[in-house]
Amino acid sequence: MNPLFGMIRRDLLLVMRRKSETLTALFFFIVVMSLFPLGIGADPVLLRKIAPGAIWVAALLSSMLGLQRMFAADHTDGTLEQMVLSPTPLYLLISGKIISHWIVSGLPLVLLAPLMAIQFDVDVGALKIVVLALLLGTPILSLIGAIGAALTLGVRGGGVLLSLLVLPLYIPVLIFGSGAVYAYSSGLDVSGHFSLLGALLIMSGIFSPLATTAAIRVAIE
Amino acid sequence: MNFRLLNWFKYASPGTFYPLLDKMIPLFWILTAIFAGLGLWVSFFVAPTDAVQGDGYRIIFIHVPASWMSMFIYIVMACWAGLGLIFNTRLSGMMAQALAPTGALMAFLSLWTGAFWGKPMWGTWWIWDARLTSELILFFLYLGFIALQASIDDPRRADKAGAILALVGVVNIPIIYFSVTWWNTLHQGASVSVNTAPSMAHTMLWGMLLMALCFWMYSIAVALMRVRVIILERESHTEWAKSRVGVAI
Amino acid sequence: MNWHSCAEFFAMGGYGFYVWSSFGMAVVLLSIEPILIKGRYANIRNQLKREAQADQFERDGL
Repeated sequence: MNPLFGMIRRDLLLVMRRKSETLTALFFFIVVMSLFPLGIGADPVLLRKIAPGAIWVAALLSSMLGLQRMFAADHTDGTLEQMVLSPTPLYLLISGKIISHWIVSGLPLVLLAPLMAIQFDVDVGALKIVVLALLLGTPILSLIGAIGAALTLGVRGGGVLLSLLVLPLYIPVLIFGSGAVYAYSSGLDVSGHFSLLGALLIMSGIFSPLATTAAIRVAIE
Repeated sequence: MNFRLLNWFKYASPGTFYPLLDKMIPLFWILTAIFAGLGLWVSFFVAPTDAVQGDGYRIIFIHVPASWMSMFIYIVMACWAGLGLIFNTRLSGMMAQALAPTGALMAFLSLWTGAFWGKPMWGTWWIWDARLTSELILFFLYLGFIALQASIDDPRRADKAGAILALVGVVNIPIIYFSVTWWNTLHQGASVSVNTAPSMAHTMLWGMLLMALCFWMYSIAVALMRVRVIILERESHTEWAKSRVGVAI
Repeated sequence: MNWHSCAEFFAMGGYGFYVWSSFGMAVVLLSIEPILIKGRYANIRNQLKREAQADQFERDGL
């Protein structure tokens, strides 16, 4: 367990020294949310309807922005190679990196979402569902995104390719995450959506670090 | 004790496998033609006009085989990719690389024919229900696989990276297949299943199965043609490749 | 026999546009694919032929 927390602490320290990178992703989230009323028109009924979907799409896109950062810096200065060669299980180190990525990219979105939802005049009950769904969903985004980030390490055209690879895998999370809020608004049962989100979280929590580790080894060779 | 074990890896070398292709490819084209002839004949001249959908339902004879193949090819591709990862064989990775474009084509054809069937029958070119969305995701997965392999220069690294991506995406296939039972949506339910009798006329079923066999033989033929080219491209530095096609040494 | 005339066959009971767009796209795609592969095959064979000739020149001299 120690290497895991050590890795998280290291990554968070590095982020704290260079706050600008992470804050830009956060501002991206806010800006994208603001684009929707500007593009669709400020009709409050319409905005209230699209709010859950808009929040999820914005969360998805800004989470994707930060994915490249996960391994690129360590790859360029050789730290990643040292991690691969070290006796510590790579699985633990990678899990640590993914957790710290979520803390930096996903958690702020969960905390900011209520603010954005208020901008769109979403009622309190739906707001709670939004936050809960994001809380379950954003770790999944970090986990799945890590696979894409590892596969495209050092590859030409990496950023766009990463989006192409990762977005199809994100779609189920988007569907169940925003579906939960829409179900709540229509008075339907949300437990199904949350169960599926939970299942996705557990599955990706176990298998994503495995796939990411394999992909890192392929990239380092 | 003197027993001969089957050498499973005899044809794992591109050099030993290559001569087999010259015999296999024409065989599968012949099979494709046979099943195409039979299948199209049944589709147009034996299967009767449907009571509800008239003659528009005949799109089923392209749509269902294309959908089945798009899912099947992905599984086969993922299997070859997985074998390549486990045994570190080059030819397995080449096989996966050869299957991907055909699979993408089948997925596109499935979406296209589905749209052209949906418009007259159910009034819409597209709907975001579970099966169509997951088939669209499958199409994107194929494109992602092809794009990833195209952008990595080292072929071995491309093989392995593609393999990981293919294996991660294989979880989508059961979702597509079972989506019609898990969600009540616009796409019609399964009419053909392993356990129960099919709920459609026998001639229609035969047409569908014959066309499915035709698409299957076609996919094998085209994939083998493509793997032949890939083998030559990736093994172009070897003596056997140059001597096979070039001036005799 | 389902069709009593050629015109009936092409009309497909009113659904002709949809049916033939589907079958047509299938025929187009399923013919383009092998043609493109054949082109690639010819290219790589020519390239290998040239390389083999170059090797031969190196060995035997002009």
